[in-house]
Amino acid sequence: MNELLLEYLPILIFFFIAIILSCVFIVLPMMLVEQKPDTEKLSAYECGFEAFDSARKPFDVRFYLVAILFIIFDLEVAFLFPWAISLGEIGLFGFVSMMIFLGVLTIGFIYEWKKGALEWE
Amino acid sequence: MADLLVEFFQWGFGVTLVPWLAIILGIVVGILAIVLPLLLVVAMSVYMDRKVWAAMQMRRGPNVVGPWGLMQSFADGLKLFLKETIIPASANKFIFLLAPALTFILALVGWAVIPFDAGMVLADLNVGILYIFAISSLGVYGIILSGWASNSRYAFLGALRSSAQMVSYEVSMGFVLVTVLMCAGSLNLSEIVMAQKDTFLGVNGYWFTPLFPMMIIFFISALAETNRPPFDLPEAEAEIVAGYQVEYSSMAFALFFLGEYANIILMCAMTSILFLGGWLPPFDWEPLYLIPGWIWFFGKIFFMFFVFAWVKATVPRYRYDQLMRLGWKVFLPISLLWVVLTGLFLLLTDKIPA
Amino acid sequence: MIYAICFYLFATITVFSAIMVISSRNPVHSVLYLILAFFNSAGLFVLLGAEFIAMILVIVYVGAVAVLFMFVVMMLDIDYSELRKGFQKYLPIGGLIGLILLAELLLVGFGWGLSGPVTTDPATAIPALNEMSNTEAIGSLLYTKYAFLFQMAGLILLVAMIGAIVLTHRARPGVKKQNINDQVMRRRGDAYDIVKVKPGQGLG
Repeated sequence: MNELLLEYLPILIFFFIAIILSCVFIVLPMMLVEQKPDTEKLSAYECGFEAFDSARKPFDVRFYLVAILFIIFDLEVAFLFPWAISLGEIGLFGFVSMMIFLGVLTIGFIYEWKKGALEWE
Repeated sequence: MADLLVEFFQWGFGVTLVPWLAIILGIVVGILAIVLPLLLVVAMSVYMDRKVWAAMQMRRGPNVVGPWGLMQSFADGLKLFLKETIIPASANKFIFLLAPALTFILALVGWAVIPFDAGMVLADLNVGILYIFAISSLGVYGIILSGWASNSRYAFLGALRSSAQMVSYEVSMGFVLVTVLMCAGSLNLSEIVMAQKDTFLGVNGYWFTPLFPMMIIFFISALAETNRPPFDLPEAEAEIVAGYQVEYSSMAFALFFLGEYANIILMCAMTSILFLGGWLPPFDWEPLYLIPGWIWFFGKIFFMFFVFAWVKATVPRYRYDQLMRLGWKVFLPISLLWVVLTGLFLLLTDKIPA
Repeated sequence: MIYAICFYLFATITVFSAIMVISSRNPVHSVLYLILAFFNSAGLFVLLGAEFIAMILVIVYVGAVAVLFMFVVMMLDIDYSELRKGFQKYLPIGGLIGLILLAELLLVGFGWGLSGPVTTDPATAIPALNEMSNTEAIGSLLYTKYAFLFQMAGLILLVAMIGAIVLTHRARPGVKKQNINDQVMRRRGDAYDIVKVKPGQGLG
């Protein structure tokens, strides 16, 4: 147990060091280098035009669909990880069990393919 | 490492370190031993990248600063450092600065679990590969946050494109990882490397087995994950003027740049660990083991990085619908099929690693 | 000692960021705090020795679910003052639903009991880490002993997939698409004909 945690300690410290390093990189030039902001410099870049309104706009629902499909497939991958490791112990039954699971999801995949949800127009 | 430090302090300063302090100091030294050379390698890889494209396009590339232009990246870095940090008036200030920091942090911490040689690893996690997968799945935040916080059209479009793209290719990457895990029987990166010893006809590494197509898919997905050409739509300079990076300047921009290259090298390292046999020599032949493992490992990373540069110099950019088609309709079914085939093969030939 | 420091660090940040999720004014900040909360819970899982669950928490929740949340709150551009107007009106019914959920959770919590050796020592359920990593331990049970529940999970994912497509997918008419198969299968004969034109007659 303690040995396990000892392996994670470097990661925790690594996170701290990386955070400190990036803060230093961002803050240091702000402190050392002359900053002369003016309104034109600080306006949003729009190829020389003045921005009409906020840049945050509702967009195509397709992006949400991609995100949802990604969640589903990511879960599928999450289920595959322990399976791949323990294939030797669970044998044929475990293999068939996973094949049924993948088969069910493949039906969904074929459905979305046929429906054209994977098309990008 | 901890013992060595205790001895060093005793010898140098005449103080005895408490054990836990020695452990923490040892870890900090280890981390610095990864981070500092990594930053140097990133600087040199930018130079190498430019030199390789130049050579392929019959140009000279950077050749002014330092001998053969070697100091070019450092000059660029210094110049960026001396620039004014511009934070657009309409931006969300904190998130605007958080985004590049996040990209940089994630690109660094991924290196914690990479084994450079047998036993030469900072954190030898049981679930090392899941850790890498988790860290690389977080990479998308740096881009979404920067695009949103900038409050600029181009940044917003770039972020949108990029997040959908990274997310799409991560799925097939996950399936590819599963095929490798099945053959290696472990989530620990060192054990995955050791499992590749003499896979077939004395060749070390999975690239010489039927997993080779998976290596190709992994490599192409890695290109998409790191927004490299031909998948550099998020920063397509001709249409959306560098996308999510458009509002950034000074070190905030440099952090994106460093993070991007550190990520590319991390992906090269992952490809060599998963398919090219990590620190093992290419062939299972005794004299080759005389050369230290980390040299082989760096050689493989170097080779993979060359391929990254090669691809960038030769292929044109994908169109967005083609990119989505490749990810969802080509890579996903093929890698899924390969998972099933690999499992079936291992089961039928009774080769499942215990 | 380091263990204790880490535990209190992660626990405090988790609780703090969970409070900030529901109290911060900007929804994007809420999602960021949610991510921080997930991260620190992953840290707590690691402290418990459940490394697989910790990593999956980060991969699935932070890497996928929170990305979707982010998409929704960032890009939908909802008028939040408009949303807050109805607060008074919806408070009673919202509070009622909250209470029912709480009651149900409590019922589940008290009604559900442990059995076997786990009641005395929770650690017996987990094989020792030096014998079997906990990813392997999960794998050796999930696909065989709990195969039925595993298949149910698959069906739920299928329903989610189909539901998402039915709800969001709209085929836009009149869009030109690239058919790569057609492009590759195209032969010289499909593109042009060679016609022998007699002088003075034209093609007719």
